[in-house]
Amino acid sequence: MNVLNFFRRRGSAPVARERLQILLSHERAARGQRDLLALLREEILAAIAKHVTVESENVHVRMDRGDTVSTLEIDVEIPHSAGMLLAAGS
Amino acid sequence: MAKVLVVTSGKGGVGKTTSTAALGAALAQSGQRVAVVDFDVGLRNLDLVMGAERRVVFDLINVVQGVAKLSQALIRDKRLDTLWLLPASQTRDKDALTEQGVGSVIKEMRAKFDWVICDSPAGIERGATLAMRFADEAVIVTNPEVSSVRDSDRIIGLLDSKTERAERGQRIEKHILITRYDAQRAARGEMLNINDVLDILSTPLLGIIPESEEVLRASNIGSPVTLSNAGSAPARAYADAARRLRGDDVPMIIPAERRRFFDKLFGRRAA
Repeated sequence: MNVLNFFRRRGSAPVARERLQILLSHERAARGQRDLLALLREEILAAIAKHVTVESENVHVRMDRGDTVSTLEIDVEIPHSAGMLLAAGS
Repeated sequence: MAKVLVVTSGKGGVGKTTSTAALGAALAQSGQRVAVVDFDVGLRNLDLVMGAERRVVFDLINVVQGVAKLSQALIRDKRLDTLWLLPASQTRDKDALTEQGVGSVIKEMRAKFDWVICDSPAGIERGATLAMRFADEAVIVTNPEVSSVRDSDRIIGLLDSKTERAERGQRIEKHILITRYDAQRAARGEMLNINDVLDILSTPLLGIIPESEEVLRASNIGSPVTLSNAGSAPARAYADAARRLRGDDVPMIIPAERRRFFDKLFGRRAA
């Protein structure tokens, strides 16, 4: 039993180390991320506002960081009247 | 030139107050003029660990608010005449601390002492941010355990962004102090080892304090461990850490792993 245990268990510290490394790489990225997102949100809003009137609270910018790919999600709610204009223009 | 040092961690119960008292006493023993300052308003304990709980008359908030002079609030240690304590208030709440008030107290202390050691409360709220605000250097107390390491990482981020030095674009020197280290458990892979912690936090090591009953005994009798039993393993580790703070090149000794013969033979886990 003792011998079995000895071979089976390699201690839990390597698991702790790995979990921490993954978690902290995300948390560190998120620290700088808030400012970047605020900037992106502001500039995207300004670009859209040149052509359509949108309320600032209707622009949502989200970033998801994955292991290999990160995605930037931009969600802009355009009021009905402006939407009609866009459709007519196209 | 005076140095302001913050002892911080994020997580509670890792040994900030014990380490503040032990490092402060070790520095004072080497002839440095040292003041230890308790920032844990409402939950002060540095006075108790230093054995000065019955001598508190005025506190940090009294000084910040101008009710008492700094010289009236400072308590001189009975064992070391270069060691002083500025206690926190036990009755007020932490909102009584203002940044401007703390700044002017720290400035006044810089003129009187070689070291001003600020014992931070746990957490990342006002008391903790004010404790680190005017620091030149930081000791981040970390246990080899996931939640403590994560909180240390968060605190390192705050030290690099929210301190006065960071805002002026200057570097704040940071050191990791690993406490409650159990070499046997680390050797068996049951506890994060020193390299794991340092790799993850990528911050230099100030010292390794082994898990020891001497630490509890010291707080029981109200004495920094470096004074209560100077020959004990934790006291020697704190004394070495204090010398490193002063710039001495002291070789780092990783607490020896003492496995008993039978444990070695059978790879047995100790109780």
